[in-house]
Amino acid sequence: MEMDNFTFGVTMLVAGMGGTLVTLGLLSLMMMALGKLFPYKEEGGKEG
Amino acid sequence: MMEAIIAGLGGLVIGFKMLFVNWQSLIMLGVGGVLLWLGIKKDCEPLLLVPIGFGCILVNIPMSDVMLKDGFIRTIYDAGIDTELFPLLIFIGIGAMTDFGPVLAQPYTFLLGAAGQFGIFLTLMLALFLGFPKLDAVSIGIIGACDGPTAIYVTSKYAPHLLGAVAVAAYSYMSLVPVIQPPIMKALTTEKEKKTVMKFTAKPVSKTTKLLFPLVITIVGGCIAPKGLPLLATIMLGNLMKESGVVARLAGAAENEIANVVTLFLGLCIGATMAGPAFIRAETLIILGLGFLAICLDTVCGVLFGKLLYIITGGKINPLIGSAGISAFPMAARVVAKVGMQYNKKNYLLMHAMGANAGGQIGSVIAAAVMLSVLAGMGVIR
Repeated sequence: MEMDNFTFGVTMLVAGMGGTLVTLGLLSLMMMALGKLFPYKEEGGKEG
Repeated sequence: MMEAIIAGLGGLVIGFKMLFVNWQSLIMLGVGGVLLWLGIKKDCEPLLLVPIGFGCILVNIPMSDVMLKDGFIRTIYDAGIDTELFPLLIFIGIGAMTDFGPVLAQPYTFLLGAAGQFGIFLTLMLALFLGFPKLDAVSIGIIGACDGPTAIYVTSKYAPHLLGAVAVAAYSYMSLVPVIQPPIMKALTTEKEKKTVMKFTAKPVSKTTKLLFPLVITIVGGCIAPKGLPLLATIMLGNLMKESGVVARLAGAAENEIANVVTLFLGLCIGATMAGPAFIRAETLIILGLGFLAICLDTVCGVLFGKLLYIITGGKINPLIGSAGISAFPMAARVVAKVGMQYNKKNYLLMHAMGANAGGQIGSVIAAAVMLSVLAGMGVIR
């Protein structure tokens, strides 16, 4: 795909930074879900 | 016979003669000395700067053959840098020594880790504006990841001629985080924001969550950004070994013996890319300047994102923790704790900042992985 430097830079900013934010946001939600699915329990061996 | 003796002795001084012919190498011998001084006397990333400084000196000694074909550093370089093996081995060690518990206890801090990556993309744009070719600009931008192995991985793959400058900038600025960040943090926040107290109720994380974390990151991150899978997979493999608790010997080797040997080789190889004629160019100074800017921009965007969270949460989040969303772990978190204490002696921000900092470590790897996959999607790389 041929493109000038400006188009390339803006694409990287939008897709790259946007992609990073979305990926980390998604992972953040998944970690919250994991925390809820497998909560910490005091007694050893009974968690999750 | 006398002539032969004089010619033979002449061979012993030719190196000194060449030293003054090739002035760039002479300057780089001084630069190597400064890097050693910074590492040994100033304790700036000594594990890296000592071998880098020594490698720099070795390659700039006149007629040195260490980086020529079959030279001893060239052999190491071909085996570990050309193949991208060294940064990945370092990542296994980093994964094995990092506790992601704080970010798992407060998953929202992942987002602070994302905001801290803005510097990568803004610097990339600036490098393009200054006329750098696309892949060179990508390698310069990645200094903003504040993550040495990631910067080396990307640069050795797509702009190996910039490896010396990018690696030195990445590691030097990482060690200068305590100097670079505080003035920006103080300038961008109000007195009230700086004094915001964040209560920390230690929320323990179950072992199952800690075990699933590296697997989820590898599978989900790998599906989204397959070009960066080696980066993600190695750091997560190290973490899985640590958290599983069943391969303590492997985890120990990854974070000690393997990491130490690879750090030595990596440093020597980076130093050996700093040959005078190739290194002393206006381009190198511009890269060092852009690298500095990248880390400043990371801090600015991190703090601004922290301010946004401050507003959204009705003043419950101290914006200072936003600056910890970079990969310099745990240095950036300690800086936040220190600055917070300067304004409110009873404000303990360390654990919150550790969450943001661990998020920044994952964030920098994700940002690099996403960037590579976007580049592949556009057909810029294969």
